[in-house]
Amino acid sequence: MKIEIVNGRAIDPARSLDRVAPVYVSDGAIAGVGERPPQWRAERVIDASGCVVCPGFVDLATRLREPGLEHKATLESELAAAAAGGVTSLACLPDTDPPLDEPGLVEMLKHRARLTNQSRVYPIGALTVGLQGTTLTEMSELAEAGCVAFSHADVPLPDTQMLLRAMQYAGTFGHRVWLRPQDPHLARGGVAHDGEVATRLGLPAIPAAAESIALATIFALVRETGVAVHLCRLSSAKGVDMVRAAKADGLPITCDVGVHHLHLCDIDIGWFDPLANLMPPLRSTRDRAALRAGLADGTIDALCSDHAPVDDTAKQVPFAEADPGATGLELLLPLTLKWAAEDKVPLTRALAAITAAPAAIIGIDAPGLATGSAADLCVFDPSKAWTVQRESLRSQGKNTPYLGIELVGQVRCTLVAGHLVHEA
Amino acid sequence: MTRNPQLNRNGELTHLLTLEGLPADVITHILDTAEPFASIGEREVKKVPLLRGKAMFNLFFENSTRTRTTFEIAAKRLSADVINLNIGASSTSKGETLLDTIDNLCAMNADLFVVRHSQSGAPHLIASHLDAVGWSHVHVVNAGDGRHAHPTQGLLDLYTIRHYKRDFRELTVAIVGDVLHSRVARSLIHGLTTMQTPQVRVVAPRTLVPTRVEALGVQLFNDMREGLRDCDVVVMLRLQSERMKGALLPSAGEYFKHYGLTMEKLALAKPDAIVMHPGPMNRGVEIDSAVADGARSVILPQVTFGIAVRMAVLSIVAAN
Repeated sequence: MKIEIVNGRAIDPARSLDRVAPVYVSDGAIAGVGERPPQWRAERVIDASGCVVCPGFVDLATRLREPGLEHKATLESELAAAAAGGVTSLACLPDTDPPLDEPGLVEMLKHRARLTNQSRVYPIGALTVGLQGTTLTEMSELAEAGCVAFSHADVPLPDTQMLLRAMQYAGTFGHRVWLRPQDPHLARGGVAHDGEVATRLGLPAIPAAAESIALATIFALVRETGVAVHLCRLSSAKGVDMVRAAKADGLPITCDVGVHHLHLCDIDIGWFDPLANLMPPLRSTRDRAALRAGLADGTIDALCSDHAPVDDTAKQVPFAEADPGATGLELLLPLTLKWAAEDKVPLTRALAAITAAPAAIIGIDAPGLATGSAADLCVFDPSKAWTVQRESLRSQGKNTPYLGIELVGQVRCTLVAGHLVHEA
Repeated sequence: MTRNPQLNRNGELTHLLTLEGLPADVITHILDTAEPFASIGEREVKKVPLLRGKAMFNLFFENSTRTRTTFEIAAKRLSADVINLNIGASSTSKGETLLDTIDNLCAMNADLFVVRHSQSGAPHLIASHLDAVGWSHVHVVNAGDGRHAHPTQGLLDLYTIRHYKRDFRELTVAIVGDVLHSRVARSLIHGLTTMQTPQVRVVAPRTLVPTRVEALGVQLFNDMREGLRDCDVVVMLRLQSERMKGALLPSAGEYFKHYGLTMEKLALAKPDAIVMHPGPMNRGVEIDSAVADGARSVILPQVTFGIAVRMAVLSIVAAN
C-alpha cells in the first residue's frame, strides 16, 4: 500500500532531521521524505497536522508472558499494546515458562509473532538452561533461531563463577550479555528501597549497595574477558556514577533505565500501593534525579518500558506478596515526553533514547526516515492529553501506578513495514 | 498513590490502621474514652451495650494469644458478637485470596474486622478494598501487620505512660531492642512524636535497627547505658527466639549482656522511671526477672489498660 503522511513534523534523531515534511511509504519502505517519489499516487493519505512523524520505538525490556504465563498476558494482547504505544521493535525477556532456553521455543515465538503481523519481536535467550544457573544454553543454536542477546532476566545467577563462564561462552560467539545488576544476597527477601519509606512502612528492603556490588563484579569480569555487557534497568545514583566511570575507562558497556524510574520514587508507594511494587525497587528522589541526569548526559544510553503485565490477582495482595512490575509499552511515549518536558531535553534527543539508541543495543538497523529504510513509523500527537484507565490500555496487564493519571502524548498511528498496525 | 484510608471525609476514625498521621486530638480522644472503660472490669457486671448486635471477626492470619484474647474481651464487654477465625497457612493453600476471604465474611454481615497479618500493609489493603467495593460501613482494626504497625499496642503504651507520667511533653522515653522487626516500636514512636514527646530514643545493636530510623524522629543509641540515662520510661521489646542466634546476633547471652534490662542498668534512668514490655517476655534475654517483677514494672497494668483502650477503639470506629 502506498501511504502518504502529510503535514507532520518529521523527526529522525539518527539523521538530525526535524522539519515539517511529507513522508511517503511504499512497499514496506520509506519512498521519500519531503520529496514526492516519481509517479506517486497515494492509496491512503494520513493527515498528521500537529503531530510528530518519527521512527517507530524500540523497546529493550518487554515481557510477552508467552509461553506459559498466558493468565498474565498473551502475544496478541501485548503486541497490540506495543502497536498502540508506537513500539515497532521489541526485545522480549526469557523469563517465560518454560524460559527461552531452546531453539524450538524461540522459533515458535518468532513464528507466532510474525503471524500476528505486528511489531518485530527480538527474543533474548536464557544464559542458562531453565534459568537454573547450572548449565549453559546452546547459545549458538539459539542465536540461529533468532536470539539477539542472552540474559538471566530477573533471576539471580547463583555465583560469580557461573557469571564469568556465561560471559566467556557468550563472548566466544560475539554475543552481548544483558544483565540486571543486583546482588542476590543483599536483595534477598527485599521488596522496597532501603530508606526512610521502607523503614516507616516496615517493608523488607534492598539497599542501593546491592546494585553497586553487582556492578563492581560485572565491571571486573568485563575487564577480564572483554565481553560486551548491556546493563538493564539501573536504579541508583551510585550505579549511574559507576557506569559513567566505567565508560570513561573504555569498558564495552551500555546501559538502560526503566521509564517508571525516571518519574517515580519510593515515596510513591504511599500506603502500600502494590502497583508501585517494581523490580528493581523505586529508590529515593536523589536516585531518581541521578537517573534523569544520567540519561540526559548519555551515561545511560536508552530508556525502556520495563513492560511487565501482571494479573489483578497477583497485585491485589499485600505489597510484599505482589508480583513486581508495571505495564509499560503504552506509557513509554508519554512518560518519555514528560521527562523531556520537565528536564528541557530536546525532543530529538529524547526520541533517540527510545529509537536509535536501543536499536544499536539490540544490534539492528535503527528504523529511520530515509529513503529505503523499513517503514516502521510512529505518528503521535505530542500535546494530546489522555487519562490512563484500565479500558484505555490494550495490554492485558492493567497494572500501572499511573492509573487515573493524565499524561500528555498520544500515538495516532503506528506502521510496521509499511502496514498500519494501529490507528487511534 | 493510595491515600491513608483510616479517616473519613470528616476526619473521623473509621478504621484504625496506624498511628502515623493520626492527629493528636484523635489520639487524646481515644485515651480519654478508654478512661471510664478501665473501671468496667472491676464491676460486678462487666458489660456495656455500645456494640450490641454488631458482629466482630477476629481475623488472625498470624498466631497470637494475648492480642486476640484482649480484643475478644474488649468486644464482649461492649456486648458485640465475637467470631474468632484462626486462618493459618492452610487457607492460602486452599487458594482463597485474602480479599476473597474478606468478601465472604462481609457477605455474612460482618461489622468489624480485627486483623493480624504477617505482611506489612495487609489491613490497609483490606480497608481500601472495603471502601472500593462499597462496604464502607465495615471497619478494620489493625491488630499487628508485619513489621509495620500495631496501633492498639501503641495506644495502650501511650495510655500507660499518660497514666503514670501525665504530660508527654516533658518525657524522655527509651525503646530498647529489636526495632528492625518491631511493629510495636514503630507505632509507639509515631504515637509519642505526635504527642510531642521531646526525646524518643531507640537503643539497639546496629543489626536490629532499620535504615534511617532517625527520620522517624528518634535518637539512636547503640550503647544501652547512654540510652537509658535520665529516662522517664523504658520500653523493652521482645526478641523473637529465631533471631537470638544467627546472622543478626551471636547469642542470647551476649544480647542480654549488652541490651538486657537489669537493675544495675535501670539505675541509670530516673529514680521514678517505669518499665514497660509488650509481652510475651523472654526473661533473662531482654529483661531480668528482678526488673520484670520489680516495683517499677508496669507490664501487667499494660495488659489491663489494653482492654480498655481496645474497647475505646472499637466503640469509636464502630460509631463513625
